[in-house]
Amino acid sequence: MTSLEDLDQLAARVPDGALLALAPDYSWVPMAAVRALIRRRVKGLHLLAVPISGLAADMLIGAGCVGTLEAAAVSLGEAGPAPRFSDAVESGAIKMRDSTCPAIHTALQAAEKGVPFMPLGGLVGSDLVSHRDDWKVVDDPLGRGGGPIVLLPAIRPDVVMFHSPRADVHGNVWIGRRRELMTMAHAAKSTLVTVETVEDEDFLADDATAAGTLASLYVTAVAKAEGGAKPLGLAGYYERDLAHIRAYAKEAATAEGFKRYLAREVLGQPARAAS
Amino acid sequence: MNETNVMNAARHSPEEFLIATIARLLGGAGHVAVGALSPIPGCAALLARELGGGRPRVSIIHGDANNPFTDGGRELFDCAGQGRIDVFFLGGAQIDGGANINLVGAGGYPRPRKRFPGSFGSALMYFVVPKVILFAPEHSRRVLVKKVDFVSAPGTSPPEVRRPGGPTALVTGLCLMAFDAATKRFRLESVHPGHTVEEVRDNTGFDFDVPEDVPETPPPDADRLALLRTKIAAEIAKTYPDFAARVFGHVTIA
Repeated sequence: MTSLEDLDQLAARVPDGALLALAPDYSWVPMAAVRALIRRRVKGLHLLAVPISGLAADMLIGAGCVGTLEAAAVSLGEAGPAPRFSDAVESGAIKMRDSTCPAIHTALQAAEKGVPFMPLGGLVGSDLVSHRDDWKVVDDPLGRGGGPIVLLPAIRPDVVMFHSPRADVHGNVWIGRRRELMTMAHAAKSTLVTVETVEDEDFLADDATAAGTLASLYVTAVAKAEGGAKPLGLAGYYERDLAHIRAYAKEAATAEGFKRYLAREVLGQPARAAS
Repeated sequence: MNETNVMNAARHSPEEFLIATIARLLGGAGHVAVGALSPIPGCAALLARELGGGRPRVSIIHGDANNPFTDGGRELFDCAGQGRIDVFFLGGAQIDGGANINLVGAGGYPRPRKRFPGSFGSALMYFVVPKVILFAPEHSRRVLVKKVDFVSAPGTSPPEVRRPGGPTALVTGLCLMAFDAATKRFRLESVHPGHTVEEVRDNTGFDFDVPEDVPETPPPDADRLALLRTKIAAEIAKTYPDFAARVFGHVTIA
């Protein structure tokens, strides 16, 4: 049964050292929950970007919450490079496992199917492969002349977190066309969702909503967090605040500036679960 | 057309020039896909679609406008693996003479001197899309290097590797080059107006082939510029409002 909690209870469900998966900045990122995680001083996260990240990863890294990062890229998009990420990789403060977008999707699909690995095309000859001791290049095992191919181990996140506009009272969660969230939840051991509203409906009762719904079967807990993706956007509900993100990029360019941002925007703020 | 319009049509911004140059490479394609943070290739694809009466089909993976994908982040890569994408664009913080691209970092690995965002989807897309156009607006020895520090995706592969795709062209702020997978070399195709072959050589860290006569890259004509500043500006503004405002003066009304 899906549990309805407040934001801090939700954040308490992410243990230190967890393999935490987050979607890209355009895909319903739970920024209020990310701030709650930073406030609870989570440590040693193995952060998986599915398959890229931006503000969320940069803040978690800057706040010292991340031990290992696996990602195909981290960037603030139009606002430029992700400063705390670049700094942490250049200084060796975090362990970086470089990947490529389709490899992360494929590894999650393996976990989704409950199989130990999946093959993926391309990749052969990329330095990504030589630096990944968990990836393996094999000759086409079926002997049908497919040539060398890369096998990727399944990735099973401990926790997936995202923010959705709406859940229903049964714990079903609307994802619309953001179907990477579906794959992530299927692959993960637990899925934590923040929402704008909890509606007195059953999303599974109508095909029009059922097709874009993650069933409560996969949802561990839901917390209400109005504006829970801000300053990122929630497509169809509110736009990202590009001015805020640009100002962040500038301020977080130095460790001192980032500390200032953190004190003002995260640590100095009460949990906004009830707002 | 009054005198002011003639003046405007004759003059173009560097972005408009690059858009028109890339658009000329898209003739005959059935499906052009454009990745994240690529407003110039995006405009080029939309311009080609407009000039082609709806062909090529254009898919932009950034926001919901012109984005047909409904099966999550993986669908672009699955679609490419199925052979349904004819043209894609990649950049490179470093690109070398063998068309190897580096999106990871300058200096050592895993602790580079300068870290870049990361490889994105390049390590698959470069292999499976038949025509990958490399786009590097900054034409310098910093970007166009003798040998990349990290191979995000290799320019060519040995024959036993299944590789239906790869690089075919490189568009920079100075010139257009073609890539030949057989010789593993770039060849200078044309130099943009106001620049010279010597300037291209001086600012390129790798060797490339230069034919006896190197033409000048043609500028966009008045019709194309007019299209860009009206229809294409409005269309790309759905994906990149800031770019549309800066380059075309297009104001999005919320």
